[in-house]
Amino acid sequence: MSEMDKDFTIQSYLEFLQSKKLMGSKCKNCGILYVPVRKLCTKCNISNMEWVEMSGKGELAAFTSITVGTPYFIEKGYDRKRPYCFSIIKLKEGAMVSAQLVGVEESKPETINIGIPVKVKFLETEIKGETKIDLGFEPT
Amino acid sequence: MGKLAKGVALVGAGMSKFGNHFPVKRNPDLWIDAWLNAVESVDNGIEPKDIDACYVGNYSSDLFNHQGHLGPQMANLVGLTPKPAPRFEGACASSGIALRQAIIAIVSGIHDVIAVSGVECMTELPTAGVTDVLATASDSLFEYPAGATFPGLYATLASAHFHKYGTTAEDLMRVGIKNHENGAENPYAQMQQSIKDMMISKRKRYEEQGREIPDWSDEFDFLKSSANPIIAYPLRLFDCSLITDGAACLFLTSEEKAKDFTDTPIWITGTGQGSAALSLHDRDSLTSFIATKESARQAYQMSGLKPKDIEICEVHDCFTIAEIVALEDLGFYEKGKAVEAIKNGETKRDGALPINTSGGLKSKGHPVGASGAGMAVEIFKQMRGIAERNRQVKFDVEKAMTHNLGGSGGTCVVTIYQK
Ligand SMILES: CC(C)(COP(=O)(O)OP(=O)(O)OC[C@H]1O[C@@H](n2cnc3c(N)ncnc32)[C@H](O)[C@@H]1OP(=O)(O)O)[C@@H](O)C(=O)NCCC(=O)NCCS
Ligand SMILES: [Zn+2]
Repeated sequence: MSEMDKDFTIQSYLEFLQSKKLMGSKCKNCGILYVPVRKLCTKCNISNMEWVEMSGKGELAAFTSITVGTPYFIEKGYDRKRPYCFSIIKLKEGAMVSAQLVGVEESKPETINIGIPVKVKFLETEIKGETKIDLGFEPT
Repeated sequence: MGKLAKGVALVGAGMSKFGNHFPVKRNPDLWIDAWLNAVESVDNGIEPKDIDACYVGNYSSDLFNHQGHLGPQMANLVGLTPKPAPRFEGACASSGIALRQAIIAIVSGIHDVIAVSGVECMTELPTAGVTDVLATASDSLFEYPAGATFPGLYATLASAHFHKYGTTAEDLMRVGIKNHENGAENPYAQMQQSIKDMMISKRKRYEEQGREIPDWSDEFDFLKSSANPIIAYPLRLFDCSLITDGAACLFLTSEEKAKDFTDTPIWITGTGQGSAALSLHDRDSLTSFIATKESARQAYQMSGLKPKDIEICEVHDCFTIAEIVALEDLGFYEKGKAVEAIKNGETKRDGALPINTSGGLKSKGHPVGASGAGMAVEIFKQMRGIAERNRQVKFDVEKAMTHNLGGSGGTCVVTIYQK
């Protein structure tokens, strides 16, 4: 089975991500793009999708720098002295995604500007000997 | 959508003290406190035999207290067994939903008198645990792995509002200052202190500890200092609601039954509920909540009222930015214009449109599943002219509203009350 024949499920999307591909599903009927993937086009109310790979380019739509983080990010080594950025990225292709924003001065969030161009960066975390890939973006 | 097919009355309302109560008080204890307080508010008295059902709003006793199935437990504690006792969940809008479902059940004719319960005990977990439980009300598949916390999601929305409308950190601070001034007048509030008084006592504490005495010139200066640390930029500690244990209780009846309990019922004339995509990235707007707009549209239409008719409102200020966005989405002010009105004092107790006279979730506290019912308690008191201490507004309130938002805006319930 070719990669492009994967079913349009969350698990397929995550498997693509794990192989460093940001994929969306595009409705063959109306052309709407869904990222993360969806099997049902809620505009057409039919399921007629194809996988498309994103260019990985976009712009920063909104963000925050978090000092009191989630257990997962605390495990990654972030804390009050070392905050991290959560962001919403508007992809060049139109859809928006949630991602960590890296390559910025998290401790000086006032220096980070909405609208700046960003590109995808797949972030690797070691968990119990295995490498997990999370979606990240950085300024171009 | 027309008017409610039948009149629905609020004939009693009460709450436990909101605060940090665990382990001295747990869900059952908090609920009984709220029940007794509400029973006391019913002019002609109310007994379990008068009541047909108990509608319970609770977000996550499952994760906070390792206890699911709260409905029958709460009903039993106040003598309502074996009557129906469903539980409703919609994150921070859970008891707003219970209230709305009670209205619908009464209008349908299935029940005549319903006790609405809102209850939540959060402090059984430490802050990190609470943060993790609250995060399950956002999108755990795609927002959580990107690092989203609840304050983080609202902070992200704030960044977009700042960018689009020029809103500033000081604009946010004004919301917190006003809500704490109101909460200082509420004996049921968790933090009964104005920010100015907190600043003064903090300075005194530093002095006693022999630490360097800070030279804060006013509240803004205090709020911009390290005494008010960033939680998720641009939100600081005093932009966040509290972690709270508490319960609230409302008695709703049909029009025919209302006179058995009181000569002065508060009529519920509008109810609306809306939804939005769970994840912020799936929404069209990052500066307004479509669920708020939709629920308000329904409630206004049902009651025949317009935003300008509403005289006081309890809005969902889980974060200071949320109050600003709510004032815009509910139609009180144009987008981007609420901050100007706040700056002019319009939303203060003596202003043209008093907002969160209870102290709001910021100062009164935010036991998430109990907060929606808690808002109705304040409206009940204000409309009857019995709000405690110096909190009562100076005019006769005839038309009021509550706005109860769930999670990061995935659910909203709006209710309109008239005399
Ligand atoms: C902001 C937050 C993380 C702070 O928690 P914390 O860091 O554990 O704070 P602590 O409980 O250790 O308290 C530290 C001090 O800050 C005070 N404090 C705690 N929360 C506060 C708040 N929201 N506003 C003002 N002061 C607060 C405490 O009273 C304490 O003061 P003290 O040192 O004078 O005694 C927590 O209140 C929070 O998560 N709030 C948001 C809750 C939420 O998301 N609700 C759902 C919304 S939809
Ligand atoms: Zn389509």
